[in-house]
Amino acid sequence: MIEVRNLVKKYGDFTAVSDISFKVEEGEIFAFLGPNGAGKTTTIKILTTLLKPTSGSVALDGLDPSAEHHEARKRFGIVFQDPSLDDELTAYENMDFHGVLYKVPRKVRAERIEALLTLFELWDRRNDPVKQFSGGMKRRLEIARGLLHTPRIVFLDEPTLGLDPQTRNQLWTHVKKLNEEERVTVFMTTHYMEEAERVAHRIAIIDHGKIVAQGSAQQLKEQTGADSLEQAFLKLTGSTIRTEEATGLDQMRNMARMFRSRGRG
Amino acid sequence: MSAIYILWLRQLKRYARSRPRIIASLGQPLLFLVALGFGFGPIFQRAGQGNYIQFLAPGVIGMTILFTAIFSGIELIWDRQFGFLKETLVAPVPRILIMIGRTLGGATVAMIQGLIVVLICLAAGFRVTNFQAIPVAIVFMALVAIMFTALGTAIASVLSDFQGFQLVMNFLVMPIFFLSGALFPLAGLPRLLNFIASIDPLSYGVDGLRSALIGVGHFGIPLDLAVLTVVAAVLLSTGSYLFSKIQL
Repeated sequence: MIEVRNLVKKYGDFTAVSDISFKVEEGEIFAFLGPNGAGKTTTIKILTTLLKPTSGSVALDGLDPSAEHHEARKRFGIVFQDPSLDDELTAYENMDFHGVLYKVPRKVRAERIEALLTLFELWDRRNDPVKQFSGGMKRRLEIARGLLHTPRIVFLDEPTLGLDPQTRNQLWTHVKKLNEEERVTVFMTTHYMEEAERVAHRIAIIDHGKIVAQGSAQQLKEQTGADSLEQAFLKLTGSTIRTEEATGLDQMRNMARMFRSRGRG
Repeated sequence: MSAIYILWLRQLKRYARSRPRIIASLGQPLLFLVALGFGFGPIFQRAGQGNYIQFLAPGVIGMTILFTAIFSGIELIWDRQFGFLKETLVAPVPRILIMIGRTLGGATVAMIQGLIVVLICLAAGFRVTNFQAIPVAIVFMALVAIMFTALGTAIASVLSDFQGFQLVMNFLVMPIFFLSGALFPLAGLPRLLNFIASIDPLSYGVDGLRSALIGVGHFGIPLDLAVLTVVAAVLLSTGSYLFSKIQL
């Protein structure tokens, strides 16, 4: 379903992704793990047509995302690492907006929106503006939205970041169910090793832009002689902490947060 | 087509739901109308130029459309920072349609703001002298709105955060407004100022509005229309090009 060969992405002198290759089979849940700045999000951006690779080849359901981006975009749904909802619109409007952009016929659209919002337990709140939603609700809405156009592949980029254990648990239950019932291929990243261990069929660990190990959780543990996936991960990627500079985006978020809390207080 | 519509609709919904923004953005034109209109009115009259409110109102309408349109375009930065832009960019929709939908939405919002200010001007004593020319005035408002929303989108496509925004306001938007003849007649100006005003697209928008609404013009309606159409087309193409080059 996804085939990546010798993929390289450079920003000037900096190599974000350095010659990686992997394959994801149809109906598989594939976890892409790595420390911050390892190249996970860059890889997802290339797979989802948002970035063009420096070299190497990518096939998404047989399509090249950089050349046939229009066709490729119909095949996948994505939940980004950062929120990507319109806060001023209601849950239903966010879904409807997505459905129109993906040309889901009106009748099917209404049915699927209802089914998905019900599945993710948001149907009762469909007419509330998203800005009133909690982090977990927003996440669920984003996943529901990503599935609206019945994609064959779903990308989940750290979908459980900042969620409480209850919501995380529920979210992965949904993802597993979808994968089993609709045979949706899932490509996910996460920092929570136990999540990867629980849901992923196969795992690739990336560090400094290179894939350092691939296989099932069991295989990775055996390979490194570790008791848990977390230990295996630390053995493979070392225990030094990676620094990431705050981007303009983070600063803006902080500002927005400040304004909001003032408004409330 | 449906993509353009839904993007347009989104801009309108966002506008209708941000009441504080609507009220705040009407404060400025009101201030200009009261402070300048009534403040300079007597001097303008004594200089033999007639009623200043009559002269100023089309300028204030133009200003409102200019500011709202530029802001609507620049809202793109907001969408980029808060992630919603990604949602539209990974959709199987050509970017040109996204750009057109956004621009039409922003322009519609700017038009609505402009029309509200027309009402405020009427309340302040502004009188339309030529009612047949109202459709012409609407065309001018639409052209100004589209032109500056496209400019805002073009700017927002190259800026990735709000840090450059103040620069754009002080060195682009403010000069476009103050040097456009929105506040003063263009006849008999010093040569430099006259030159600047003649390359400022808003000059033609305000002049067109003035010609249509009160029958007083500097360039004449045909030239106003021609300049605005060409500039709007150029800005739309530039905006579309820059928008199509956005990488996240």
